[in-house]
Amino acid sequence: MAKKLLLEYDHVPGISTLDVYRRHGGYASLNKALKDLTPAQVLEEVKTSGLRGRGGAGFPTGMKWGFLARPEGVPRYLVCNADESEPGTFKDRYLMERIPHLLIEGMVLSSYALGANTSYIYIRGEYYYVARILERAIAEAYEAGLLGKNIFNSGFDHDCYVHVGAGAYICGEETALLESLEGKRGNPRIKPPFPAVAGLYGCPTVVNNVETIAAVVPIVRDGGAAYAGIGVGKSTGTKLISASGHINRPGVYEIELGVPVEEFIFSDLYCGGMRNGKKLKAVVAGGSSVPVLPADLILKTAAGEPRLMTYESLADGGFASGTMLGSGGFIVMDEDTSIVKNLWNFTRFYHHESCGQCSPCREGTGWMEKILHKILDGHGTLADVDLLWDIQSKIEGKTICPLGDAAAWPVASAIRHFRKEFEEYVTRPASIRDVKHYYRLHSMAEA
Amino acid sequence: MAKVTIDGVTAEVPDGTTILNAARMIGGDLVPPAMCYYTKLKTSGGYCRTCIVQVTKGSDKDPRPMPKPVASCRTTVMDGMEVKNITSPELLEARAGVVEFLLLNHPLDCPVCDQAGECDLQNLAYANGKAGTRYQFPRREFEKIDIGDKVQLHMTRCILCYRCVKVADQITDGRVHGVINRGDVSEISTYVANVIDNDFSGNVIDVCPVGALTDKTFRFKSRVWYTKPVDAHRHCTKCTGKVRLWYKGEDVLRVTGRKDHYGEVNDWICNECRFDKKKTADWTIEGPSHIDRGSVISANHYESLKALKATIERQKKALPHGNKVSLGHGALDPNNA
Repeated sequence: MAKKLLLEYDHVPGISTLDVYRRHGGYASLNKALKDLTPAQVLEEVKTSGLRGRGGAGFPTGMKWGFLARPEGVPRYLVCNADESEPGTFKDRYLMERIPHLLIEGMVLSSYALGANTSYIYIRGEYYYVARILERAIAEAYEAGLLGKNIFNSGFDHDCYVHVGAGAYICGEETALLESLEGKRGNPRIKPPFPAVAGLYGCPTVVNNVETIAAVVPIVRDGGAAYAGIGVGKSTGTKLISASGHINRPGVYEIELGVPVEEFIFSDLYCGGMRNGKKLKAVVAGGSSVPVLPADLILKTAAGEPRLMTYESLADGGFASGTMLGSGGFIVMDEDTSIVKNLWNFTRFYHHESCGQCSPCREGTGWMEKILHKILDGHGTLADVDLLWDIQSKIEGKTICPLGDAAAWPVASAIRHFRKEFEEYVTRPASIRDVKHYYRLHSMAEA
Repeated sequence: MAKVTIDGVTAEVPDGTTILNAARMIGGDLVPPAMCYYTKLKTSGGYCRTCIVQVTKGSDKDPRPMPKPVASCRTTVMDGMEVKNITSPELLEARAGVVEFLLLNHPLDCPVCDQAGECDLQNLAYANGKAGTRYQFPRREFEKIDIGDKVQLHMTRCILCYRCVKVADQITDGRVHGVINRGDVSEISTYVANVIDNDFSGNVIDVCPVGALTDKTFRFKSRVWYTKPVDAHRHCTKCTGKVRLWYKGEDVLRVTGRKDHYGEVNDWICNECRFDKKKTADWTIEGPSHIDRGSVISANHYESLKALKATIERQKKALPHGNKVSLGHGALDPNNA
């Protein structure tokens, strides 16, 4: 059985309440840190642990914390990014609705390390009921003296607030999140300056994902070295994966980084294999914005090595034959899936969520969606496929924030790995009205 | 001071200068075009992405190239930085892509647009764009709104440079307009139905790089290239009173701020100067305006004469039948030039 650090007690009844959470070792890490460790020591443990940002980019958390500017007389802030909006990702929601106190303990712990007396949890509007759960937990924590003035008689004061966004994907981008938190239009800022220097209200700010902050709790409890002992190479510790799609057991799984992808899909411990005995066609390994990979490339790298669930192994081969671990939104597609239709769905999402601030993303995402819609309608031409490729190449890397890249990568990878399918759509428009019907015919012809 | 090399030309610029401004100090072809950056407006720039450049060497300290093209208007130079603009074919291709995106939903109604002839988007598309469009879908439209009796808003022409929003924020007392909605349906609008009316609101017309915000008092009166710009001033209690008058015959058709080489005004002017003083008697005339851009406005006027003379000299030499050049009706007679 794989070691669980975050979801060890997720099925204990009442774990969302303070009493049950404390009975299962809750707030012990905070007690330990405030009594025995200096903030610098907590930071050192996080650095030792090799924890990397769980929101998608995988940036080393200890390094991020180390970058935080510490000018005299200026408050510092910790902001938790709970604006989990990446299609295919739902791990943070699960964590917050099951064990809200784990996040709150992590918030206080991290703030202690950073010297922040105020922290915010920015949660997306669609998670309103989760915000209620968090607020209930925060009230309990205040009552028990785990938040507020002089926590555990250590002299450390901390206030934590939940802020509910209005439900925009773009507000998951850290600078747009800060703008939104300040009450402005959620447009990403131009970097530099980075939030570590000038973030919320112009003060030094650290923005971390829910899972990253929660992971600080076991790191302080067991020590950074023990956490670093789990996993492979630079991918240490455990990771929550939101598995969805055509599998037998969709859900949130905590894995030790380094589990082979094949095992993750087919083991009964995790996804439990393909639904209805279908063949695996493709996998989007880390949320909708990472490149989609066909079955042969997701199970084995281009060099023939088995692919592991780690930051490095999934990225092996660059974008030509690799992908990214991203936020851990693991979407599995079986042989009946139409990649073109799926891509249209993703692109429609990015079109809808583009903030409209910079031109390539504002205009390009809508254009790509319209072309894909045209192809799906059976009016596409071969030139449209090349045009799609050209548009995505002109969006990628030309925008202020990574939303442009996120919109471009799925298009690029779908055309790179499934160009044949696009060409089928274009050259045999009459047969694609009913996609499933088409695939049935297609596989009969092959047999 | 920082040493920066742009397209092989090295210059020493003060610390904190942006790449765009460093290029403007050098001048010439290597200056990136800019649609949303405006020197006088703080925090402007970074949105349109036309000024992107390739940084091939970060600095002397950290010589790594930057992985992606950067917006030159918002990136400061580092000592020893090397930048490629017109010497990088990939970058020019990327910029052509940005121009295509900007034109994607633009109505291309230049024949009926008051901005035509002095439009940054026209110049940009002419210099950096492609001849045709690859967009086969209907262009987006907006519900028309009235923002007052002085300024006309054509949202379909807007490229969302945010300049007018920053003008309202930074030089007027209160901002009543902004960007509403999201993505490709975001629009400049007042919330809720309001008029933009204060002493300096007319400056949104000057900063607008396209024909989205135009002067209602000048509307459909003349193409800009039939009007002659003249610099003039008057004593004004609200602004510096230094303006540019646009004449057609004896009539002042409109008043604008004096724009420099990059289309940026030297001084903000007040609405009284802009909209109410349209008689020659109101003004002290300084003389014809210097217009040096590749603008069609200059084709009718002063600057072009020099170029025309040179062309005629060349022609004279090239012609086999001596120095007699026959020109059409109304043209400059080279033999008297």
